[in-house]
Amino acid sequence: MSRKFFPVFALLIVLSMVLAACAAPVAEEVAVAVEEAGETEGAAPAEGGSTLATVKERGYVICGGNANVPGFGFIDTEGNYSGFDIDFCKAVAAAVFGDAEKYEIRPLSSQERFTALQSGEIDTLIRNTTWTLSRDTDLGANFTATTFYDGQGFIVRIADGITALEDLDGGTVCVQTGTTTEANLADVMAARGISYEPIVYEDVETGWTTYEEGRCDAYTTDKSGLVSRRTLLGNPDDHMIMDETISKEPLGPVVRHGDDQWFDIVQWTVFATFFAEEHGITSANADDMMANTKSPSEKKFFGTEGELGSFLGLDADWAYNVVSQVGSYSEIYDRNLGPDTKTFIPRGLNSLYVDGGLLYAPAWR
Amino acid sequence: MAKITYSTEEAIPFWRDERKLRVLGQVAFLIVTVAFFSYLYNNMITALAAQGMLPSFAFLGRTAGFDIGESLIEYVRSDTYGRALTVGILNTIYVSIIGIFFATILGVTLGVARLSTNFLVAKLSSAYLEVLRNIPLLVLLIFWYSGVFITLPRIKEALHWGPVFLSNRGIAIPWGIPTTTWESYTFILLFAFLLAGVASWRLKVIGERTGRPPLRIIWVPLTFLVVALIGWFVLPQSPLTMEKPELKGLNFVGGYVFSPEFMALLSGLVIYTAAFVGEIVRAGIMSVSKGQHEAAKALGFTNFQTLRLVVFPQAMRVIVPPLTSQYLNLTKNSSLAVAIGYPDLFAIGGTSLNQSGRAVEVIALMMGLYLASSLLTSVFMNWYNEKIKLVER
Repeated sequence: MSRKFFPVFALLIVLSMVLAACAAPVAEEVAVAVEEAGETEGAAPAEGGSTLATVKERGYVICGGNANVPGFGFIDTEGNYSGFDIDFCKAVAAAVFGDAEKYEIRPLSSQERFTALQSGEIDTLIRNTTWTLSRDTDLGANFTATTFYDGQGFIVRIADGITALEDLDGGTVCVQTGTTTEANLADVMAARGISYEPIVYEDVETGWTTYEEGRCDAYTTDKSGLVSRRTLLGNPDDHMIMDETISKEPLGPVVRHGDDQWFDIVQWTVFATFFAEEHGITSANADDMMANTKSPSEKKFFGTEGELGSFLGLDADWAYNVVSQVGSYSEIYDRNLGPDTKTFIPRGLNSLYVDGGLLYAPAWR
Repeated sequence: MAKITYSTEEAIPFWRDERKLRVLGQVAFLIVTVAFFSYLYNNMITALAAQGMLPSFAFLGRTAGFDIGESLIEYVRSDTYGRALTVGILNTIYVSIIGIFFATILGVTLGVARLSTNFLVAKLSSAYLEVLRNIPLLVLLIFWYSGVFITLPRIKEALHWGPVFLSNRGIAIPWGIPTTTWESYTFILLFAFLLAGVASWRLKVIGERTGRPPLRIIWVPLTFLVVALIGWFVLPQSPLTMEKPELKGLNFVGGYVFSPEFMALLSGLVIYTAAFVGEIVRAGIMSVSKGQHEAAKALGFTNFQTLRLVVFPQAMRVIVPPLTSQYLNLTKNSSLAVAIGYPDLFAIGGTSLNQSGRAVEVIALMMGLYLASSLLTSVFMNWYNEKIKLVER
């Protein structure tokens, strides 16, 4: 190497070392951070192992939830979680421990939720999560059952006399960008030949303000979101949510791939609430029913006959615990989304199949 | 390894030779810059390749699948992303051109007014300039949208003067609908335009010969209007029929509606940019030496004549370059429309990005389009600047 060029090479070598030095510590730090996260957050990842054993050893169930959607997952003024999704977490706790209070909620954002589930930070994800093919496969998530059939809906002013989508012909609809809502809206309006003008906002607050001021005839997003948000409008009674639902958003508890037992437990806990409603079992009459029922399937449900509980790795009276401590599906629904709440959503598809809904528990035998 | 030889007569080694070090420094900087950006680019390509999404503009030909509120061209849900983005760039150009037009008029007025000897006019104008220049544009836009246009009466209680309706659904005005004679009328308009051009040239020649330039800015459009008017009445049927807006169902039908989003964006951009234009115009006028004013006065020019014939032609040379950058700012600032729901290039680009998942391509495309529009504006303004330059003899 000629001496003339030595400083050039030296400079390059120094520069590349600086670059390498900058890059390396970052990678190490990340690795350390990941390890620490795994250790401190508890909920040891159950890679192929038994989530049930981990949960029992820990003494409580950890659910990923929402903290700011009234009716589904919300922190009240005393700092307690309440809501529809929270109650299903309690139901799982009741099934596993016989005590509905042995649970913990980890509030998660929509970006964090699947990572938290995959990494084992939570045992079950119950957070307004829509069941889609890509999530069910690619994200390593298993959807156990649908607890709430949601869908994109519209909120309108009652005074305008709009009751069906066709009434919006020639009207204006406010929508938020960055979601599937915008595309769903365009699809359904094109399919039905309704002409309308969309006003698309980046910021959800601007969208609601302009709707409230009358710039738009309707605002569209998921129905549960509409109901939740309606309570925050100036005069909620002036607005109504149209019956029309233009997309499928089935929401329900999610577990990790690779643990069939835990999947079954969460799934049948949801089914237990369906079964209870179908058979008229409530938290109030559960003791009475358990003692006096003559129906074989109800006896199996309460665990007084057969050994269905042991198949799940649970106590024989696990379903009784769910119903007596948390309630049947209708009790959970009415408590959070019923007519007496601020977040009233008509049951619609979320009725038992015998009432024209989609809730259907498989056979209890 | 080359043999190292030392000579007593050797020149200073290059690491102490300032000329060579300068070149070396630049080479090193170039290498580091290229390495940095190729690292970033490579990183992006690797990440995209891992997701099986190598940059490709093929998505521009796919169905967009979303609707757009306002469009200058025909657009439906089943059109392509390419067409959706075209709608966006046209909306951006539309609001920018109208914005530049009004911002210039308002700005020049304000700049001149600030230098007025009338106390009230001067103080009002300087208050405007000081206040508006110091409010962020986004705040102004939200104010105009949420504070003014959206709080107008609802559509059922719309204010109206004759056929003009004002509500929070926008400003609806009557609009001409072409009739069978419209096509022949376009020829008359073309003729009027040519005639106005000839008139402009003739007036210039007269001005140069007599040394008393006539008011071309008034006479030329007047020529155009007179010919256009004569043509309108000569034709057997008037080429346009007025269609009045009326409230039918949920919205206005017929006429033309300026949406509150458009009006808020335009108002915000004009009022904000005009403040800067005003300051530029003031600086331009003040750059013309006092002697020029006094000389014009001494020759018996009126104030208006002094401005038009002595001050402005000289001030323009100072005004045009910074004015160009204000025009570019206005165009680029129109991307804030996304905050108030006007479907400009940035808003539609954002939706396309979300729906197609093609972030890198959409962002690159948007940057390219804004850059192109800015460069085109500067090319035009540089040409104009060249034209008005002081011709040295």
